[in-house]
Amino acid sequence: MTVLAALLVLLPFAAALAGMLGGPALTRALRGAPAADAPAGGTVVTDAEADADADSAHEGATPPAAAAAASGFAVLRNGPALIACVPAAVSFVLAVIVGLTLWQSPRPRAGTLTLIQTGSVPIRVGLHVDGLSALMAVLVCAVALAVQVYSVSYMAKDARYSSYAAFISLFTAAMLLVVFSRDLLVLYAGWEIMGVCSYFLIGHHWEDRSNSRAAVKAFLVTRLGDVGFLIGVIMLGVGAGTFEIPRLLTRLGDVPHATLLTAALLLLAGVAGKSAQFPLHTWLPDAMAGPTPISALIHAATMVAAGIYVVARLYPVYAAAPAALAVLGVVAVVSMVGAALAALAQDDLKRVLAYSTISQLAVMAAGLAVGARSAAVFHLVAHGAFKAVLFLAAGSVIFATGTNLLAGHGGLRARMPVTFAAMTVGFAALAGVPPVSGWFSKDAVIEGAQHAALHGGELTAAAGFYDSTPPQPLFGPGSGAFVPVLSGTVHSAPPTIPSGIAWLIYLGLLLTVALTAAYAMRAWLMTFFGEYRGTGEPRESPRAMSWTVAVLAVPAAVLGFFGLGADELRPHVASALLGVALLALGGAAAFLLWRRDTSGSTGADPSLVLGRARPAFAAAFGVDALYAAAIVRPVRRLARGVAVVDRQDVDGAVVGTARLVQRLAGALRLPRDGDPQTYLTGVLGGVVVIVAVVVIFL
Amino acid sequence: MHIVYPAVISALLFAVGVYGVLARRNAILVLMAVELMLNAVNLNLVAFDVWWRDRLHGGQVLTLFTIVIAAAEVGLGLAIILLVYRNRKVVDVDALRTLREDAVPGEGDPAAEAAEAVEAGL
Amino acid sequence: MTGQDVALVLLGVVALGGGVLCVTTRQIVHAALWLVVAFGGLAGSYLVLTAEFVAWVQVLIYVGAVVVLLLFGIMLTRAPIGRNDGLDSENRWVALVVAVATAALLVTTVVLGFGGAHKDVKPGGGSADALGSSVFRTWVLPFEVASVLLLAALVGAIVLSRTDIGAKDGD
Repeated sequence: MTVLAALLVLLPFAAALAGMLGGPALTRALRGAPAADAPAGGTVVTDAEADADADSAHEGATPPAAAAAASGFAVLRNGPALIACVPAAVSFVLAVIVGLTLWQSPRPRAGTLTLIQTGSVPIRVGLHVDGLSALMAVLVCAVALAVQVYSVSYMAKDARYSSYAAFISLFTAAMLLVVFSRDLLVLYAGWEIMGVCSYFLIGHHWEDRSNSRAAVKAFLVTRLGDVGFLIGVIMLGVGAGTFEIPRLLTRLGDVPHATLLTAALLLLAGVAGKSAQFPLHTWLPDAMAGPTPISALIHAATMVAAGIYVVARLYPVYAAAPAALAVLGVVAVVSMVGAALAALAQDDLKRVLAYSTISQLAVMAAGLAVGARSAAVFHLVAHGAFKAVLFLAAGSVIFATGTNLLAGHGGLRARMPVTFAAMTVGFAALAGVPPVSGWFSKDAVIEGAQHAALHGGELTAAAGFYDSTPPQPLFGPGSGAFVPVLSGTVHSAPPTIPSGIAWLIYLGLLLTVALTAAYAMRAWLMTFFGEYRGTGEPRESPRAMSWTVAVLAVPAAVLGFFGLGADELRPHVASALLGVALLALGGAAAFLLWRRDTSGSTGADPSLVLGRARPAFAAAFGVDALYAAAIVRPVRRLARGVAVVDRQDVDGAVVGTARLVQRLAGALRLPRDGDPQTYLTGVLGGVVVIVAVVVIFL
Repeated sequence: MHIVYPAVISALLFAVGVYGVLARRNAILVLMAVELMLNAVNLNLVAFDVWWRDRLHGGQVLTLFTIVIAAAEVGLGLAIILLVYRNRKVVDVDALRTLREDAVPGEGDPAAEAAEAVEAGL
Repeated sequence: MTGQDVALVLLGVVALGGGVLCVTTRQIVHAALWLVVAFGGLAGSYLVLTAEFVAWVQVLIYVGAVVVLLLFGIMLTRAPIGRNDGLDSENRWVALVVAVATAALLVTTVVLGFGGAHKDVKPGGGSADALGSSVFRTWVLPFEVASVLLLAALVGAIVLSRTDIGAKDGD
């Protein structure tokens, strides 16, 4: 079992290495002749930011279709594609096997590769397979496989496809390492590799400087969070005497409460960075500069979910320090509502989805904050599926119309039926329309929040957490029967967060449901209905792309029913009705505003009703500008100052030394005037002095 | 006799010769001053020879030899001066400055060049 | 102070005065003539010191040959005859300092060493007879070496003054 899990991690890693080193070579070997692979040089398919220029839109539509059709059939001759897709498929199969095995016998399994002695707390390099990690593995492998297949066609004309595919494989390996890791520091290693891959992939089309800048921004902001994360990990490990996660979670009673709380808060810094929550969320909308499949894989389904996963994995730590959960809850509410409001006013389809991701991640975080751990993980899985669908379908739309902007879309329902159907499922799941998966998961989270709010902040919504009975098949704590020993308190009393915060979370969730429905409806209508506002001839995308999207839409639709086995994941009456009502409210508002606009004048954009407040919404309330002014500019000024000091003082000291020596040499040169009398004077004067010294003193 | 008188006179004469060597411009005047210095030494030698009543007459003999050497030296010195005169038309000692140490031409100020290179590289 | 001392002092003053005037005069030929005065004074001192052979050799060689050579040199280098202010170089003040320092040092040392020493001298030690036998017995080797030195100087002076030996090719 752990061998399979190890293979799961190692296969994509090997694929990454092979892809980096030998992708194009394999293509040449398979095709037999050194022919031009993809149309080299020429047009690179970038996600055009702002120009809906007629020519580029037209060009963007036809040649990729032809080339994609050719490469779609020729995937067997495409080296990098083979290296990427085959291991991804094998990994997916293995992940499913592991998942099914754990479903049958939910006992966690572990294996160790080696133990690294560090002098104080050793690091155990090994894997730990339980229900949570198996579930995440299936999600990661499924989305990765979908993205790899989709990318064969989407990136067919890209000059650097081979490194792109290799980085995706590397990323998959890193995420699987995070999921299966047994030790916190090994998890951290995978965490960092994910960050690096994200940087490389966002900046894939680095010919455009703004892409590189977005990649650097993403890397730096998440890195900032990772500093706190690392310190938290070390505090936790050293405090409990071990970095191994299962053993750590049983030793929480030995750790002083202050250390636990500080460690939990520091870990939250990393979570906020990676999962794009309030103070560290600014990188995610800009990360949309990367290719759309990357946005699907990394910035929707998997990497950003890693933060939520870590909190879920280390949940007993948070249960022992509920103040951290309260902080997480507040951060979640701010992110939730703020991002949803910002999504209402975005002009770019991908940015709508980016803000939507921030908002949905906040929903998961809120679920964790109110103790609904299983619900949060359920929403994570469902979100992974439907967000991947949404992004990949958005990629098809952008591919077809040549522009990201909603102003260049419209009326695509008839021209792109498969994409339309898939995206409709995706938007429905996002908004939480029953019976699509999003409704089930969001409902579970709302139920958890409602329970917490109505019971004064108690975090008992997660069943099986404090029980000594065996946990539910897929969502249990995973390490068998254990009970966290809380120092000083009787463990039968569940931890609490302040009731005010619980109410805040609950109301925030309800507000978000309405706002989500509103922006989802807006995006759906503006893309697929009304008149086509762009130029060019959008057509249904190549089969590799459209079929992938369609296949992914199926779990996005039906995943909800898999949770019926667990009590907390079933829909509850009150929360369900409330949710549907708010959903109808938000959706109807958006629809009516849209209708009013199409019958009238320009735009067909429901958000224009915001009027003068719209720019503030679109800029996400100026957080970016604040950071630029408060942090970026002073740092840049400091850097310039350092450069000046280096040039003038440090280099100046070196150069000044040379000048000083030269001046000294000039001074020494003065007696060398060539006049023999000067020399003789010197000699005789010296002799006189020496003799005087000898005579007087000796 | 008191030895101090010839000894002091010899010392003063020597100092006068030193002044002449270092202060005169014409090379022949420098030679004259060198002769003064040699004579001062001769006086010293003779005075001490007489005072010690040297049976070997070492002082006076050395004086004779000094005179011989001084004569040879003047001869050669004048030959050199005449050669210098032939080549450069002057015999001023301070006009013969080829031993002068100059800053290397074309090097300029290497510090300034280094600073420029740094500026360009930034 | 004996009469010998007085005579010695007077003659010394004459020599010194000649020397000083030699190194400070502004006429180059006068410098050579004052040099003669200095040499003469010194020859007189040698006589008072009973070293008559050295005295006559001094007159013969120095006054007779060296000064004549110097005058020939003045003539052949077209030295400026008559009053000329350019005979002292710029170095003269430093030279004065060094000369005064030398004088002070030497005089102090001598006076401190031999301040009041007094001896009686016997005449006769400086005769040609005594010196000649001394040179050709005790000091014959340096004498021969000195003659070789003179030969070398002679040859060297001739080589240096030949005009038909030019610079080497390529210089």
